[in-house]
Amino acid sequence: MTGFSAPDLSGVAEGDELPPLTLQVTRADLVRYAGASGDFNPIHWNDRTATAVGLPGVIAHGMLTMALAGRFVTGWVGDPAALRSYGVRFTRPVLVPDDDEGATLELSGKVKALTEVDGVRVARIDIVAKFDGRTVLGRAQAEIALPG
Amino acid sequence: MKIREFATAIGEGSRICHDVDAARAAGHSDVVAPPTFTATITMPLIETFLRDPAFGWDYSRMVHGDQSITLHRPIRAGDELVTVIHVDELSTRAGSHMLTLRCELTDGSGTAVATTKAMLVTQAAS
Repeated sequence: MTGFSAPDLSGVAEGDELPPLTLQVTRADLVRYAGASGDFNPIHWNDRTATAVGLPGVIAHGMLTMALAGRFVTGWVGDPAALRSYGVRFTRPVLVPDDDEGATLELSGKVKALTEVDGVRVARIDIVAKFDGRTVLGRAQAEIALPG
Repeated sequence: MKIREFATAIGEGSRICHDVDAARAAGHSDVVAPPTFTATITMPLIETFLRDPAFGWDYSRMVHGDQSITLHRPIRAGDELVTVIHVDELSTRAGSHMLTLRCELTDGSGTAVATTKAMLVTQAAS
């Protein structure tokens, strides 16, 4: 759970790539997220329930994947309060095996547009979240205020 | 307390989500909630709404299709928020119900704080 230092973003330009981030999501992370969010749907912790509804196994909460991709963007700016809007489609589940490594989530992003709103520079970021080499979030976009 | 727990659960290490002094130094009244913390407010309300048998929604087979969050300002510990759920869209196609619920979160004075939209899918009763 690494913190980020606030980078100098004064020179940010459209087309810039965010520093990519690779995260492991384990069963313990799912249990912790279930408790913190109040989402105790058993498909996120119980293999029997998950397979009974036709899943290959326990899957991560979509909102956890969204949260992780969100902190990838706010971490780039160094301020979780700077996010203006954020939207995703949940296109594919993230399967989390019952082992120490868990699932590997690869996050990358690109500055698609820069605008100025009431004197504040706002960056629109297109986010790519991949599990097993395939995207798990569709149309993942965030608008975030840049410092300075 | 709940904000810190949530921040820890998503690996958010920013001090303003954990430490009141750091949050105040950054101009906030108290610790700042990570953006998707809104789901911890809206999803339990949505669940209560959808589990009402009168609505005929199969909650056990529900899939979250998409989610968007617009923050008009950051949410901080101590905020008193009111959530109103709006049914924006409900359609049935190919044996599935698709429901778009919009939640408007306002503060005590009625000022908009956040708008969230969730598209939820479940099987239509056969």
